[in-house]
Amino acid sequence: MQVPAPFDYARASSVDEAIALLERLGPEARLVAGGHSLLPMMKLRLATPEHLIDINPLESELNYIREEGGLVRIGALTRHRDVLASEVLARHYPIVREAEELIADPPVRNRGTVGGALCQADPSEDLSAVFAALGAVTVIRGSGGERVVTMEDFHEGPYETAVGDAEMLVEVRVPIREHGGSAYEKVKRRTGDWATAASGVALWLDGANVGAAGIALSAVNPTGIRSTRAEQALIGRPPSEEAFAEAAALAAEDCNPATDQRGPADYKRHLAQELTHRALRRAAERALAS
Amino acid sequence: MAGTTERPTGFGRLKRKEDPRFIRGQGHYVDDVTLPGMLHGAVLRSPLAHARITSIDTSAAQQHPKVRAVITGKDLEAQGLAWMPTLSADTQAVLATDKVRFQGQEVAFVIADDEYAARDALELIDVDYEPLPVVVDPRTALDAGAPVIRDDKDGKSDNHIFDWEAGSEEECDRVFEDADVTLVTQEIPFQRVHPAPLETCGAVADYDAVTGKLRLWCTTQAPHAHRTLYALVAGLPEHKIQVIAPDIGGGFGNKVPIYPGYVCAIVGSIVTGKPVKWMEDRTENLTSTGFARDYLMRGRIAADRDGKIRALRVDVLADHGAFNATAQPSKYPAGFFHIFTGSYDLEAAYCTVKGVYTNKAPGGVAYRCSFRVTEAAYLVERMVDLLADELEIDPVELRMKNFIKKEQFPYTTRTGWVYDSGDYAATMNEALRIAGYDELRKEQAEKRARGEYMGIGCSFFTETVGAGPKKDMDIAGLGMADGAELRVHPTGKAVLRISVKTQGQGHETTFAQIVAEELGIPPEDVEVVHGDTDQTPFGLGTYGSRSTPVSGAATAMVSRKIRDKARLIASAALEVSPDDLEWERGRWFVKGDPEKGQTIQEAAFAAHGTLTLPEGVEGHLDAEAVYDPPNLTYPCGAYICVVDVDPGTGEVKIRRFIAVDDCGVRINPMIVEGQVHGGLAEGVGIALMQHIAFDDQGNCLSGSFMDYLVPSSMEVPDWELGETVTPSPHHPIGAKGVGESSNVGSPPAVVNAVVDALEPFGVRHVDMPVTPARVWEAIQHGTTRPPQ
Ligand SMILES: Cc1cc2nc3c(=O)[nH]c(=O)nc-3n(C[C@H](O)[C@H](O)[C@H](O)COP(=O)(O)OP(=O)(O)OC[C@H]3O[C@@H](n4cnc5c(N)ncnc54)[C@H](O)[C@@H]3O)c2cc1C
Repeated sequence: MQVPAPFDYARASSVDEAIALLERLGPEARLVAGGHSLLPMMKLRLATPEHLIDINPLESELNYIREEGGLVRIGALTRHRDVLASEVLARHYPIVREAEELIADPPVRNRGTVGGALCQADPSEDLSAVFAALGAVTVIRGSGGERVVTMEDFHEGPYETAVGDAEMLVEVRVPIREHGGSAYEKVKRRTGDWATAASGVALWLDGANVGAAGIALSAVNPTGIRSTRAEQALIGRPPSEEAFAEAAALAAEDCNPATDQRGPADYKRHLAQELTHRALRRAAERALAS
Repeated sequence: MAGTTERPTGFGRLKRKEDPRFIRGQGHYVDDVTLPGMLHGAVLRSPLAHARITSIDTSAAQQHPKVRAVITGKDLEAQGLAWMPTLSADTQAVLATDKVRFQGQEVAFVIADDEYAARDALELIDVDYEPLPVVVDPRTALDAGAPVIRDDKDGKSDNHIFDWEAGSEEECDRVFEDADVTLVTQEIPFQRVHPAPLETCGAVADYDAVTGKLRLWCTTQAPHAHRTLYALVAGLPEHKIQVIAPDIGGGFGNKVPIYPGYVCAIVGSIVTGKPVKWMEDRTENLTSTGFARDYLMRGRIAADRDGKIRALRVDVLADHGAFNATAQPSKYPAGFFHIFTGSYDLEAAYCTVKGVYTNKAPGGVAYRCSFRVTEAAYLVERMVDLLADELEIDPVELRMKNFIKKEQFPYTTRTGWVYDSGDYAATMNEALRIAGYDELRKEQAEKRARGEYMGIGCSFFTETVGAGPKKDMDIAGLGMADGAELRVHPTGKAVLRISVKTQGQGHETTFAQIVAEELGIPPEDVEVVHGDTDQTPFGLGTYGSRSTPVSGAATAMVSRKIRDKARLIASAALEVSPDDLEWERGRWFVKGDPEKGQTIQEAAFAAHGTLTLPEGVEGHLDAEAVYDPPNLTYPCGAYICVVDVDPGTGEVKIRRFIAVDDCGVRINPMIVEGQVHGGLAEGVGIALMQHIAFDDQGNCLSGSFMDYLVPSSMEVPDWELGETVTPSPHHPIGAKGVGESSNVGSPPAVVNAVVDALEPFGVRHVDMPVTPARVWEAIQHGTTRPPQ
């Protein structure tokens, strides 16, 4: 049995209490949501927080998917399972279900949360790429109130986010836009494995041309990456194989993958291109059908 | 197929007796053993692959309020226990004294009130290491100036372990000189893998200072061999040692060796006077216990232009890690690798194997074939495909052309094996039939024309299992014969005691069925006792697919003794001569008067009752047998794998897998199929995703299931199984072993299929594991044709 180092444990009964506890206990305190990233690291003693603040009692406050005011709002404690099952998300953004089907396995999805996934900020994490492609923003709360941070600014580096020591992520907001299509492509070594490379794509049509685009990749950079050059290459042009190929090549150029057991850097760069191209094709089909 | 409506009284499909307790979570594993006052141990392991230990300070750990003892190599040295013998005539450090020789090596053992405290205290131990240069690549292990890993051995000045050969180099050279076609492969590795049983290794040791009795609950596949070794090493009297292997959650060879943790638990119990439990975690299991394979092989093949294979030669460099801890018969340091001639009738064959030390975990015992047959089968089946490609002959046709023919059995190979029986062409044909081979080739041609990459891979293997004849085979000096004891109680219910130990193979069912078949009593009337050395006869345990070939034979023999004795009892009861009795399932009856007879149950009661027995016949209905196999058994199989490859991503999807096994007579076909399913899944894992990898500093990169991948149901197809039955002529019930066959036969089928799919790209070979990245790289570079 792998056992963690000693720690204290508290259960928060509200978001405000969780934030107050974070403030009082200082930087050695950590929130625990689904625990699927934090607990394995603690068992390997790679993470040794002195205090755990359990936010699972906040289900009623923080587990929701709501469509309102041109947005879909997703609470930070929403489980992967709920995201996967959500008809609202599937209707507006097929990319979400496509990505969720490829994240981990059912036991992990039953517990793992949107907030935990984004705050863990693993370079191979999938939902960050999904939300970045969709142009989502995050809502971070501290004792001083709430602030809104774009997905691009949310990740500050591998395993580092804009969330301060005494703050927490409470919500992700995804804008709803017309005439869109989206898709997710991922290569992994087996079911339940993290991505070797992944690409999330969203397109919105303005008449016959691409009006807006979001292209974000995972596992091919020290942090998640949005390729604005690739997006720009599509805008103002009708969706076409040629445009996709150009954009996909730019997305691959923007990557900086590392060689590891999942494969060499040049393979991952190739995947960035190949997967982006495939995702663009499918996203465009969906946009044209919408 | 799975219908079990009719309960077999002997051989046949029968749900496992073990299943109810496993399905209900009522199994009882080592970690379920809890004894009054039990303490918990944890092992401190080396973070470095090669370093001199300059000091170990345990004082802070000793002061931890819950710590009862801290043991180091120095403490063990004082009792002569710092080193222990391996199962291959080498030594292995229990706790390091001088140096650490692989990352993860055992350095100290903490005993505390609970497991949490024991692990916390590990962090309080201060070890000073002086790093030494490491040997990671076995190709450099014998370089002049390579650091000497085993400087503990007197006069050792290099990293050489052994050189071994089989067959005739001279004959081989001669054939190669006049052959039409000769082909030399590139170096083909069979990568280091790990069997990763879901239950990790562990032990509970309970030493009673008053009685001097040591009880050891342990994750062992070979309880009797372990007991004898503890007696020899620790000087404990053997009759005071009881080794108990309770339910075992998978072994696959990983639970054959004695690990330092077991010895530490024993010493811990002696030192503290309390029972001590030690259970390793997943990382410890993957990084420090018995790995498998790690062979670098180079093959040569000589053939006629028309496809007759004439000779094979293989040269191997074997990475054994820091201690030679394989479990091979003394005569065979490379196990049974000399079965590399496979299923083919050759003029000549020759192989060499060179074993070297490196700064990696010891092992080489494990993964559902301890005896190197997997490596051998992989190489020969890759070579045959390479030759088929060279000669532009269909790989199945080439195999058919070269098979040893049915009438040639018993067949003596060029390396000295005597294959007992087989009908290879029939087995191959059955696989072709199930696969619809010709249709598949048609489909492939159509797909290729459309730019789709489908591959069909074939392998045909011959296994050598059931070690083995005492005259040739031993483990650490112990002959490989196994005992069985059978007692039939007065009411006709029986208890069978066997030396082998199930780790999931279903012994409690299969062995009951053997008794049932021989005596004609229901299998549920036979209780199978195993895994406890105080309760069972001596034998070497379960590995190398030896349980049915050896202990199964012992069980049949002991049942026949009972049957013979029942005849004498029946003759007394029926007042006829034994010669006038005839056997029918479950009953002796009087020839010509079938109404008059006695069942086994009646004989059992009579044997324990008041009947006056004939002169020289003792009461009761008990017997013992020890079976020394006259030969090994040689199961075979034809496997066909169909894959679809996505050239854009390199992903391989196994669409179909056909496995036709011939393991002789099938005692419980359902269990055989289960064994085949499991081995195939493992084979797919090995072929596509598994590798215990190291960086250039000897850091193990595969210490968790995030990095060491085990295939799930999503990665494997619905297996399509078939069978042919060629009984073993020398085995009492004609059975051969099967546990390992599918792990042996499947990797080459998968790799051959992928290479076949990539043929349009000029790819001739891809190393395992065939990951998406490797497939993509092969497509980019097209591997070079092997040099002529
Ligand atoms: C076997 C396995 C496979 C996986 N495969 C994938 C995969 O393929 N793709 C993928 O994207 N993910 C994968 N994951 C990750 C998983 O899906 C979860 O998203 C992830 O574990 C984090 O979610 P959690 O709720 O469990 O977070 P936790 O482990 O509870 O927390 C993670 C971190 O986030 C912090 N945190 C949690 N909630 C908040 C909050 N509201 N505000 C501020 N900080 C917070 C915690 O303090 C901690 O530092 C895998 C995980 C496992 C165990």
